[in-house]
Amino acid sequence: MSVDFTRVKPYGDTLDDGAVQLSFTLPVPCGEEAREAARRLTAKMGLDEPQVYHMKDLGEGYTFFIVYGKCRHHIDFTSIKVAKVKSEVMDFYEINRFIKERIGRKIVVVGACTGTDAHTVGIDAIMNMKGYNGEYGLERYPEIDAYNLGSQVENEVLLEKALELNADVLLVSQIVTQKGVHITNLTELVELVEAEGLRDRFILICGGPRITHELALELGYDAGFGPGTLAPQVASYFVQEIHNRMTRGIEAK
Amino acid sequence: MEEKLRLDPVLISRAREAAAAIASSVDNFIARRTTVAVERTNLRLMGIDGVDADGVPLPNVVVDHLLEKGVLELGASGWVVNASLQLGLSPCDVAEKVACGSLDLTAIGQSEPARIRDAARQLAQQCLDRIRNNRLKRDQLIRRLGEGKKPYLYVIVATGDIYEDVVRGRSAARQGADIIAVIRSTGQSLLDYVPYGPTREGYGGTYATQENFRIMRQALDEVGEEVGRYIRLCNYCSGLCMPEIAAMGAMERLDVMLNDALYGILFRDINMQRTLIDQAFSRMINSYAGIMINTGEDNYLTTADAVEAAHTVLASQFINEQLALLSGLPPEQMGLGHAFEMNPDLEDGFLMELAQAQMARQIFPDAPLKYMPPTKHMTGNIFKGHIRDALFNLVSIMTGQGVQLLGMMTEAMHTPHIHDRQLAIENAQYIFHNARHLGEEILFKPGGEIGTAGAGGAVQGGENAGGSEGDRVVLCFGTRHVRRCEALFYRWERAGRCTRKGGGLFQSV
Repeated sequence: MSVDFTRVKPYGDTLDDGAVQLSFTLPVPCGEEAREAARRLTAKMGLDEPQVYHMKDLGEGYTFFIVYGKCRHHIDFTSIKVAKVKSEVMDFYEINRFIKERIGRKIVVVGACTGTDAHTVGIDAIMNMKGYNGEYGLERYPEIDAYNLGSQVENEVLLEKALELNADVLLVSQIVTQKGVHITNLTELVELVEAEGLRDRFILICGGPRITHELALELGYDAGFGPGTLAPQVASYFVQEIHNRMTRGIEAK
Repeated sequence: MEEKLRLDPVLISRAREAAAAIASSVDNFIARRTTVAVERTNLRLMGIDGVDADGVPLPNVVVDHLLEKGVLELGASGWVVNASLQLGLSPCDVAEKVACGSLDLTAIGQSEPARIRDAARQLAQQCLDRIRNNRLKRDQLIRRLGEGKKPYLYVIVATGDIYEDVVRGRSAARQGADIIAVIRSTGQSLLDYVPYGPTREGYGGTYATQENFRIMRQALDEVGEEVGRYIRLCNYCSGLCMPEIAAMGAMERLDVMLNDALYGILFRDINMQRTLIDQAFSRMINSYAGIMINTGEDNYLTTADAVEAAHTVLASQFINEQLALLSGLPPEQMGLGHAFEMNPDLEDGFLMELAQAQMARQIFPDAPLKYMPPTKHMTGNIFKGHIRDALFNLVSIMTGQGVQLLGMMTEAMHTPHIHDRQLAIENAQYIFHNARHLGEEILFKPGGEIGTAGAGGAVQGGENAGGSEGDRVVLCFGTRHVRRCEALFYRWERAGRCTRKGGGLFQSV
């Protein structure tokens, strides 16, 4: 049987069976009414024949469920377009050579964890000399001047420092996402840079476990990188972007 | 306990001596010094609490006032007690007057030093009595209600809203949690004051305030009565206000407190002299209050490879042990930390984790070791994550750990949802119960992968603790691991840090 890519449904063991597994908690006391509530809710979510296979009393009037059902919806896979970082990924040596030969000057990168975020693992993995998982960070790149401002940096301070150091690239890391605080922090920086009329001067990049390139573009950044990103991916992107802007006649600065 | 790993007692005692030498030199430095946080703590212990019209905590107001007058070097309590005697007011009323600007502590008559000392001693005694009563009350409650079996199931709540935390904490207790930790708001470690009153907004956690402690304590006492088990409350006295938070914890009958200055030094850039002074005093308070401390060795493995840096954990445990002893903290209250953080792709990684945990158990036999779950190599694959947490639980029950910080399958994704916590508790309960006495049945093969594992770590830890002196021989985890470590030693050899002795043995220079 061949898949109809214009009408794709979840797959369990038979094409188009729509099999979906869900687990969630409802703020209702455990009992048969709770089970029925979970069943009706999943039916409303578009699942046929919902089966509550597991129900557990969490106390304090909360109940946990594991539910299986058959999804009614389908998706047209052929119509999907996703924004991706298009640059070719180079290694440490290629990146340095690219900067030396095609850009002809050192690239200045300023990075920070902004706002209240105190988790530096992300920015450190990209920027610190030691890098992550055997891949050097930007500080190790001879053709890059990397400045890691650390955690809890106000957006104003980041911008001030970027101007002082004549930065080409701003890297912003956001790990804490509680109550959407990462969105607030990221948006604030873009607004600040735009208000100062400096948007074209920098390449703005954000990263973090909940960041996608698409989200980054939506927020007004040039690129976004998700979990597992290493320094060469980020550096490959910005050196090529700087080069593109040079050749387009729009100098990055 | 039966010795499963044949660790060389001479090497262990040498490592311990090296750690004691380090700790005593730190202690010499500390003994003659105080900090603004220590002074604020003294004021809190004298009953000064509350905030001024601008929301500044009164202990800060008084200490800043004395700092401005250039007399803080003499300590804050003397000035406050003097004012208290001169004006016939309580220390808290004195602080209120300073706060509204109507009192200059340095511009009033001075009582006899002996009278000040007597009055201060009386105030100190009142506070010590309160803390002692809390300790007695804890003992009574545990006697009457009972408590969970070790390893205690430790879960975290972190909603930002203390009233929401109460619901989560009670729910976790009903499901079987023994320790509820309220994670602090991101960045509280860098605040040079302790926020005041109940709080409903925080980032990545809930502010540690005395009122929040009280609210959570009451909630856990209530649920403890219902479930017939004493539920322990944990918070964090690390950062700039270590001793103040320790004092608040003592006054509100917390049971467990994170206490490790090195975290602030390494990850928050806090002045290391100040924070080690703060740590010493905060541990004295924890000690008197019968609070178990948790140290932060697990943090070393979140930023370095858990195999390559395994010895740093042991070195830190040795030093933390000695520093704690100097603060009067008995081994039974030392929740020395370590973690299950090795890369899951390693062949026989489980054997190394088991060896490491068993080694810590044998070297610190009386300490309720705090075992931290996998975090670094956790991804969004919750199914694999749940299995890794199961292996972590298995190591813990086999090696008799004291406190099990439960791993969440959604680690690295979001702060735990209510059912993430329930599934984690269920996982641990199942394994702890199902394999309760497995450890007692097992002997490790002499010379085998696990049997020789601990020895290397011990010596490496000793070397790390001892600095550069001596002729320490560096062994390693079992034979397979030796090959991996050899690469490191060859690098050291080239750097002139050790010489090769053959047979996987290296001697440091």
